[in-house]
This record gives sequence, C-alpha cells and structure tokens, in this order.
Amino acid sequence: MKNGLKTLLLAAPLCFMGIAQAQTQTVRIATEGAYAPYNFKDSSGKLVGFEIDLAAELCKRAALSCEVHEQAWDGIVPSLLANKYDAIMAAMNITEKREAVISFSRPYVKTPIRFVTTRKGTGADFVSSLPAITLEDIDATETAEIGKLSKLLAGKTIGVQAATAHEGFVKEHMKGATIKSYDKMDNMILDLTAGRIDVGYTSVTFLAPILKKTPDLVEFGPLMTGGQLGRGVAVGVRKTDTDLQKKFSAAIGGMLGDGSMSALAVKWFGIDISAK
Amino acid sequence: MGFLDHFAFIAEALAHLSVGIPRTILLAVASLLIGFVLAIGVAAALLSQAFLPRWIANGYVYIFRSSPLLVQIFLIYYGSGQFRSLFESLGLWGLFREAWFCAILALALNTCAYQAVLIAGGLRAVPWGQIEAAQAVGMSRCRVFVTVAFPQALRHALPAYSNEVVLMIKATALASTITILEITGLAKQMASETYRPFEVFAAAGLVYIALNGAVAAGFTRGERFLRRNVAQRT
Repeated sequence: MKNGLKTLLLAAPLCFMGIAQAQTQTVRIATEGAYAPYNFKDSSGKLVGFEIDLAAELCKRAALSCEVHEQAWDGIVPSLLANKYDAIMAAMNITEKREAVISFSRPYVKTPIRFVTTRKGTGADFVSSLPAITLEDIDATETAEIGKLSKLLAGKTIGVQAATAHEGFVKEHMKGATIKSYDKMDNMILDLTAGRIDVGYTSVTFLAPILKKTPDLVEFGPLMTGGQLGRGVAVGVRKTDTDLQKKFSAAIGGMLGDGSMSALAVKWFGIDISAK
Repeated sequence: MGFLDHFAFIAEALAHLSVGIPRTILLAVASLLIGFVLAIGVAAALLSQAFLPRWIANGYVYIFRSSPLLVQIFLIYYGSGQFRSLFESLGLWGLFREAWFCAILALALNTCAYQAVLIAGGLRAVPWGQIEAAQAVGMSRCRVFVTVAFPQALRHALPAYSNEVVLMIKATALASTITILEITGLAKQMASETYRPFEVFAAAGLVYIALNGAVAAGFTRGERFLRRNVAQRT
C-alpha cells in the first residue's frame, strides 16, 4: 500500500508531463502563402517555399509534429494571439512594435536591402568600396560609403515602400533626396522603369526575380542589413510559449551551425542570406 | 487605452493631416476649373445641330462617365509610363512624368464629362422664346449665349453643380494611389506607421466633412445671389 502510493506519487508528474508534451507536439504554423520565394503556392495550390522547407526541417530537429496553414498577412498576429496557430513563419522581421505583442525566436535569415536603378540611370556606374554594411556597428569606412551614396543621390528621387524600415533609413541618411513612398513595390518598379523616380531602395530577395525579368534594371551599392533595417526574419510565437520559442531557436542555431541554413537559402534565394 | 486617449490621438492626426488640406484643395479646384472650361465646349457640341461634334461629345461623355475614375487615373499615370518614348517624342513627357499633372488631368477630364451634361441640361431649360427675342433685337449668336442663355443655364445647373464639387473633393482621395500625399495619402501613411487606423481615418473623414460643409454653405449663398432677380414664390 505504502509502495503503491509512492509509485502513484512518482508517476503522477510523469503523467502530466506526458499530457503537456502531447499538447505541444502538434504545432500549427501560420504562413502567408503569397510572398515568393519565402512562402507561396505552386500551380497545384500546395504551399511551397523557403519557409515551408525550413519549417519541416526545424520541426524534425526539435522533434515536433507541425502543420503549416495559410493565413492572410493582416490577421496573422491576431490569429496567433487567438490561439488559432502556435507560430508564425511568414517572412516576418523582428521589430520593436511586433515585440510588444509577440515573441520571436532567433532570426533565421536577414534580408539585405539595396539600391536599384536603370542601366543608364543614377548609380548604374557606382563602384562600391564595400560589399556589405551592417548598420548596428557602423565604422569609419562604412560611414564614408553611406556618405558617398548620399552625395550621389542628392537632388534625386528615391522610391521606397511606405511605413517600412527602408523608408526610415533613406529619410535619415539620404537627406538631400526626395522620397516617394509606395504602398506596393510593383508600382515603385513601374515608376523606376518609366523614369519617374531615379532609384529604388528595397530588399534583394524581392528584386531577384524582377532583375531576371527586366534586363534594364541593375542593383548597386553595398548590401545593407541590421540596425534600423531590422534584426532579421524569425519565428513568431505567443509571449507565454517560451518553451516553443527556445526549441525553435535551438533548431535554428543548429541549422546555422552546420551550414544547412545557408544551403537552403541558396536553394530558394540564390544567395546566402542566413542570419549568421 | 482610455476613451479620452482616442480623442487625443484623433486631434494629433488632424494636426498631421492638415498639411494635406491645401493639396486636396489644389487638386479639386484646378481640375474643376479646367473641367469647367472644357465642359462649355463639350456642352455646346452636345447641343450642336451637326452630327459629328455631337457624336464625338456624346462618346466622350459616355466613356468618362461609365468607367471608374481610378481606372482613368491608372491609365493616364501608368499607361503614359509604358509609352514613355512616344510621349518624349511629342515633348509631353515632362508633364506626364509628374504624378500631379496626371492626377489633375484625369480628374479634370472626368469632371468635364459630368459638367458638360449639367451645362447642356441647363441650356436646354432656357425658354426658346427668350433666345428668339434676343435675336430679334439684333444680338449676335455669341452675345445671346454669353448674356442670355449661359447665365440662366448656370442658375438651373447650380444645385446639381454643388453635388459635383462635393463629389470631386472626395474623388481627390484617389490621387493618393499615385504617390500624391494629400489628406488620404497622409492618412494611409500615418495609419500604417502607428497601427491606429481608426483614429487616423476618423480624422481624415472629419477633414473632408469640414471641407464639404464649407462648399455647401458657399453654394447656398451663390444660389441666393443668382436668384436675386427672380420673383420669389412665398
């Protein structure tokens, strides 16, 4: 009897742990399904893309069983908070505003931002002395490079997406330029090819397929990341799900360490944008 | 978030959006005036005895009244961008390059179609006997139009005209789709920066309501002025 009670007392927590584990095992991940190459649908309507592959790999490493669901961007954070999903993987950058509402894993990719112009346009013959700039720790040569760009673009018109970190950057660092804000980046590209703006400033992952289709457009200047441009794209979870957050972060760390994140990024984006 | 906080933020948004008020007014006034001048010609063509001008004017009015203004703005703005070399060879690219020019052109062509119908309707309402009488005392056709027919046509058309002006002030919001930061453009920008669309668009709505209130008051006075010589039925 005494032994029996002991067994029961010992077994009870194990039993609860079992329940707890069963609950976290099916992780419902929300993605937008309309943001190639991060997440989109193939001709048969199946969700595909970098984040779909990444979700499968992360869940395998974290021993979670996951389902990926499609959810419109506007409602993606509210539906996470309403327990409709447990995680967001939708090219979502870590920003202060979002961190006020949800938590993020460590970033898996960082999308570099770059200027784009026409072949004969402003900046087409710009020679960068730096391949890339990270904005959180700007040194003297990086300051000089930004100064060079600012001088080049003084009096010119720069197109950016409205209410983005990109807009914030050009407003702060390209003081002499006129800034035109677009709600859709496709319209910015139309105005660039029409010559209504001199250059655009946007993410290289967005530009890659456009540059392939439009031979008249070229990128220039260093690849910019970090600082005010955002800390990178990460998995979003509810603030209370610290356990899930840690599991994703650990799995992302593993993939960054063994080079598989780089390989996956190259597969989908053509360049290694993994958040090393 | 307290109840008062919403009002405080609406006030903040009003201050921010006030920068856009002159831009909205400029869009509306410029397009209404250009539209008015063009509409006199189109109205004359609509009432013409000759087949060809009447046919062209009818076609123009039909096309501009039957397609959405947003489509017209996109056609002029992005359409001209696609045929840049053609516009360059005509020496017109300098104008079509500017979003402001494209917006005012689209708004003016659109309101011209509506105003032409209003003016033509007003002219039709002028009693034929008056025209005959004016001609009988030896007035030229042009003088009959300027001094007899047109002022009366305006008086007939004025109530409907105030409607058109109000519609145009609201229509200027569509210019925000081609990067013009008038009231709606500024509101869209502020809403996506602050994540507080309710207060921002409420403020934008209030600005339009105030503008149109001023227009309505102005037209009431204008109507009274134009009717000053007309016998009042009391």
